[in-house]
Amino acid sequence: MIPAPFDYVRAGSVDEAVSLLGRHGEDAKLLAGGHSLLPLMKLRVAAPAVLIDVGRLAELRYVRDAGDQVAIGAMTRHRDLETSELLGREVPLLRHAAAQVGDPQVRHRGTLGGSLAHADPAADLPAVILALDGTMVAQGPGGRRTIPASEFFRSIFESALAPDEVLTEVRVPKVPGQRWAFSKFNQRAQDWAIVGVAAQRRDGDVGVALVHMGQTPLRAAETEAAVRQGAGPADASALADRGTDPPGDLSASPEYRRHLARVLVRRALERL
Amino acid sequence: MRISLTVNGVREEAEVEPRLLLVHLLRDRLGLTGTSVGCDSTSCGACTVLLDGESVKSCTVLAVQAEAAEVVTIEGVAADGELSPLQAAFQKHHALQCGYCTPGMIMAATSLLKERPDPTEEDVRRGLEGNLCRCTGYRGIVDAVLEVASEGGAR
Repeated sequence: MIPAPFDYVRAGSVDEAVSLLGRHGEDAKLLAGGHSLLPLMKLRVAAPAVLIDVGRLAELRYVRDAGDQVAIGAMTRHRDLETSELLGREVPLLRHAAAQVGDPQVRHRGTLGGSLAHADPAADLPAVILALDGTMVAQGPGGRRTIPASEFFRSIFESALAPDEVLTEVRVPKVPGQRWAFSKFNQRAQDWAIVGVAAQRRDGDVGVALVHMGQTPLRAAETEAAVRQGAGPADASALADRGTDPPGDLSASPEYRRHLARVLVRRALERL
Repeated sequence: MRISLTVNGVREEAEVEPRLLLVHLLRDRLGLTGTSVGCDSTSCGACTVLLDGESVKSCTVLAVQAEAAEVVTIEGVAADGELSPLQAAFQKHHALQCGYCTPGMIMAATSLLKERPDPTEEDVRRGLEGNLCRCTGYRGIVDAVLEVASEGGAR
């Protein structure tokens, strides 16, 4: 399988990437690790006229202590996340979940920012960042802005990024020593989740987010509200699929996904 | 566009279309046909090579992304005509039958042992999740990798 022809340009900096996006408009796509985009291009589901390669921008590859948050450069690879001592100490949910993405080869190439900007509701890390109440930092021609994770994911493959904006950083609150859970249900080790759950305790509150239960990663909002009001795992998890719109496909019917969501959320809550 | 990279220690230059995949550069342009194309969809791992020392699936990397990088393929692991420790252990443990997955399996195992020199059996099985073998049932493969690890690792 060969992608449709395209022009390729490597950006030497974030500023250059922004100006290249401005020049090429909607015909251009940013290329990070390529492990979501290139398979779609090989299937010709995607056929951008121009690829702007930001995958090697060292200025966007870091995991940094930022006070009460950890700041992660958008081009930080999954492998970097799964081996980060800082994340292991401060945000172990993210470190653990990064180690469950795809397989080792995928994690050597795939990036956190690429996964989030791609906005695939079946991907693991968007739900993790949502459960953590993370914040995205985007840079465009007018400067930088921050976007809360709760407003970032708009639809399948659609984020709040403008066509001329680059996702540069992801910030997640530190949650040292607080309980968390992550699980996904799939048929083969390296598969996308049929359904996945990320859950994080934070100062008495709880964040629960679902993978592959709708057009975007979704908060299990009614479950969270029930937990806040003191409901136990069994009662709270019975509400986990409320407000979701799970797809049906070869792996699972919508009703089966709803069942999985309730079961996986119950197990997650039992670990919190 | 023109790219240059190092493949198995040899500096290579090539004029490529941006859409050329790394696996096709290796096989069709450089004649290194040891790297197989299996699923062509980032699943099976048959096309695994090392890119700057890390295992990657070369069906999902553009040749232009490998500009200035160091690539190692299965042709590059045997030194002076002598099998690498992993190659020898695969032979000893009957870790292959048809052999189609073997180059990718060896490259993935090389990368795994670099990252985790003293793996448990579970580490090896998880570390090779990205590589499918339809013949062996993996037993011999896991045994081979564990033996090389216990004897000091891959080169």
